[in-house]
Amino acid sequence: MRLLEKIGLVLFLLGMGVFIAIPFLGSYTLDRDLVVSNTKEIHQEKMGEILSPMYGKEYTSNFSFLSDFRSNFNSYNDQLKSQQLWDQVIWDDYGFALAKAAASTPVRENPWLWLGLSIGLAVIGGFLYNFKKYEGEPAGIKNNGIFHSKLKNRGWLGMVTGGFLILFYILLYWFPAYLVNLVWMVEPISKMLSGGSASQWFLYGLVYTMAILVMGIRMFRKYRGNKYQQLRTASVMFFQTAFAFLIPEILVLLNQPYFDFKNIWPLDYDFFYDYQIDTFLSGGGVGMFMLIWGILLIIVGVPVFTYFFGKRWYCSWVCGCGGLAETVGDPFRQLSDKSLKAWKYERWIIHSVLVLAVVMTALTIANYFSGFSLLGNVTNQLHSFYGFAIGSAFAGVVGTGFYPFMGNRVWCRFGCPLAAYLGIVQRFKSRFRITTNGGQCISCGNCSTYCEMGIDVRAYAQRGQNIVRSSCVGCGVCSAVCPRGVLKLENGPEENRIQELPIIIGNNSIKINA
Amino acid sequence: MPTRHIVILGNGISGITCARQLRKLEDQVRITVISGESKYFFSRTALMYVSMGHMKFEHTQPYENWFWEKNRIELIHQWVKEVKFKEKTLIFSSGEKLPYDQLVIATGSKPNKFGWPGQDLNGVQGLYSKQDLELFEENTSVNVSHAVIVGGGLIGIEMAEMLAYKKIPVTFLVREKGFWDNVLPREESELVGRHIREHHIHLMMETELKEIISDEKGRVKAVITSKNEEISCQFVGLTAGVSPNVDFLRGTELAVGRGVKVNEFFQTNLPDVFAIGDCAEFEKAPAPDRRPIEQVWYTGRMHGETLAYTLCGKQTAYNPGIWFNSAKFLDIEYQTYGTVPPIWDEEKVQNFYWEHSGGKVSFRMLMDAQGKILGVNNFGFRLRHEFFDQAIQEKWTVERVIAGLKKANFDPEFFAPYYLEIQQAFKKKFGGDFQPEKKSWIQKILGAKV
Repeated sequence: MRLLEKIGLVLFLLGMGVFIAIPFLGSYTLDRDLVVSNTKEIHQEKMGEILSPMYGKEYTSNFSFLSDFRSNFNSYNDQLKSQQLWDQVIWDDYGFALAKAAASTPVRENPWLWLGLSIGLAVIGGFLYNFKKYEGEPAGIKNNGIFHSKLKNRGWLGMVTGGFLILFYILLYWFPAYLVNLVWMVEPISKMLSGGSASQWFLYGLVYTMAILVMGIRMFRKYRGNKYQQLRTASVMFFQTAFAFLIPEILVLLNQPYFDFKNIWPLDYDFFYDYQIDTFLSGGGVGMFMLIWGILLIIVGVPVFTYFFGKRWYCSWVCGCGGLAETVGDPFRQLSDKSLKAWKYERWIIHSVLVLAVVMTALTIANYFSGFSLLGNVTNQLHSFYGFAIGSAFAGVVGTGFYPFMGNRVWCRFGCPLAAYLGIVQRFKSRFRITTNGGQCISCGNCSTYCEMGIDVRAYAQRGQNIVRSSCVGCGVCSAVCPRGVLKLENGPEENRIQELPIIIGNNSIKINA
Repeated sequence: MPTRHIVILGNGISGITCARQLRKLEDQVRITVISGESKYFFSRTALMYVSMGHMKFEHTQPYENWFWEKNRIELIHQWVKEVKFKEKTLIFSSGEKLPYDQLVIATGSKPNKFGWPGQDLNGVQGLYSKQDLELFEENTSVNVSHAVIVGGGLIGIEMAEMLAYKKIPVTFLVREKGFWDNVLPREESELVGRHIREHHIHLMMETELKEIISDEKGRVKAVITSKNEEISCQFVGLTAGVSPNVDFLRGTELAVGRGVKVNEFFQTNLPDVFAIGDCAEFEKAPAPDRRPIEQVWYTGRMHGETLAYTLCGKQTAYNPGIWFNSAKFLDIEYQTYGTVPPIWDEEKVQNFYWEHSGGKVSFRMLMDAQGKILGVNNFGFRLRHEFFDQAIQEKWTVERVIAGLKKANFDPEFFAPYYLEIQQAFKKKFGGDFQPEKKSWIQKILGAKV
């Protein structure tokens, strides 16, 4: 390892260490004013009363603070629940807001310093580690040692990384109150961008974007000499930074609804939720534009772009989940399961999620237009189930946390309802295919090994058969790693795109269907 | 009830293709494939990637393990010691026996050893089989500070790359004047040579191996070259080609020359015995530009699929189409279509060669006196097999080929459109009634520069 890479690695690990340590810093003190200013008006009085035993006490960790908070809060709620006084139960979770307000920590006092020491060091370290990688070596495939790696072949480093990611996602989705210090750290950036206070989602967005940018630089280095990979990486870096991160914040600054213009239903599963629709409808011209834009993407954008370019236009050039998978996840792409069995599971699971998303949305819209007379608040329960099981557990915890175990496209392959929709168009009505180059395949297996979607590319290539698969995200890596120049992503006439009985050329003895 | 029992000896690409096609053509035949090397078919060409950590060994297996049972192809993982042709029986090294009705010999190759002193020392090996790979890992796991590779061909360069991955410096002894110049014309050979040196591999041209010297433990410690230079090394790779793996068949009723002698139907001199792939030697070369022994992945596959027809009663002579091949030299890919020999008769053959200024991309096209295409070599970019198969078969004029070169391009999107420069270079040298392509606006904005 070169000196620069060593320095980079050390800085990165330091930054990560500080990031992990930050939630443990500082103390927490609550008083009635904080409770009042951080709860809804209807709960102010009650919450102020429930939490009064905590006032003035200095808690030395968020664990003791939150445990006390929960015991006070829960004993109140439990009592009401046991008396079946459901309408008096407080369903809102004020843990995060109160912990954030009660925190008295060095991070809150010096957010820039801690930001620099954690995310800053990690980003600089990651940059130093990557930006000169493979310097002095000829451009080419850089897969040396991947299956000898402790990180990339489910070794102990992979297990640790996966464990860390899973823990982070669990905290982020269900226990954000433990992360308030980290949120304080990014507060000034949020203030600068949107003028608003930072939430855990802002922290996540920032970390997510930084991760894509730094690992995007890694992609530039790794795939030097491969213009397709370079452009597609630049594209996901751009869409994440501008569309997913900056523009929504700036919209808020301009008093417009928060909106990610590239997020498409049903991946964006709450697009048709009543509160979203209300936001759009009350958002004036801009809100109306967002609503129409979102609908146009679903009914025109997806079919038309996918017809011309395949689902890759979205999945590996635009999408945020795809962006993370293609940058941060790239070192793990070889871990996807290529078995026929996995393909069967894939089709059942992903299409079930699509059906679930469609049914849920249809019920939501019907309910909305019937003025909630149809189902009342049943749709809310459906929403919270979907949000928990699919939106958080599947897309987040499994989707990213399982990178080091099952490859970088677990969510995209098994779960994403938009990928399922794009895939149906790609399979049945598209000009996209991966062409195989006559009889040149030597069945080596590089293509299948490095297919992040678990497609057994070789099975097609060695038969001389075009690859037309709903799951293919068109990342182009099979083509890149092929040592014999066999695979080419192409958009072309639909005629003969799907070859049921391919013929390998080169043998004039017989014309057989391999 | 199975109609008959066909036993295929060897589970490489030839044997396995034959077995698969047989099953497709005939439901009732009993098929057994025997291999002592590995139970399941794997891609020999990918062994280097296993060594370099690009893949695990399982990844080189093109079919999942259930495939064989599902298709009723019985697999026997044993070495065959002897074939009793009269009794139609195989005898395994374990002593067990297996009777057959028809036998297909597809035993592949073994690395050439030319009787060099010390060629069987520890630390000296070829690279062909799964066992060779395992031996390579063993041989390179201890204190190898320098390695010597003998023979500049495709396996040699693979081995050099594998050693480079292990950070073992390599000296490459090549008998010829240029790298692989018994196959490649001078410019291509030089291009590859430059790239090998760029990877810090020490190429010694026109140098042969004279002797391998042992240390006191029977392990290689140095080699002596034909120039009487001693090179200290702890590993020697013997990659001076391969020859048919048929020694266990010599001295039997079966006619064996360098390989098992076969006619165009892969029939040997014995009834119900056939040979395909690397181990077969045609009595008469299958085509003017072919050799009697074909040792390429693709020909092995074609042998297998053709013989399956004959075995199912559809007597089919081997009639290979337009020659094609490919390889990868470290980072540079190579493809060839049609006939491009290393040297040609300048009176009968015209030559067009273009090389990119970077020295890593090249294109050669040979044409006959009438300007009809004979074949192409391309390095560092990809060309479409289907296009050239058709062009060469239909004897297109080179002008037509060059004019349509954009269609022949098989590089990924946004890659440098080398065909533009090739078209211009061709037009400059030979003229011709076509307009070189122009860059599209997308290529201008986003595409890589030529």
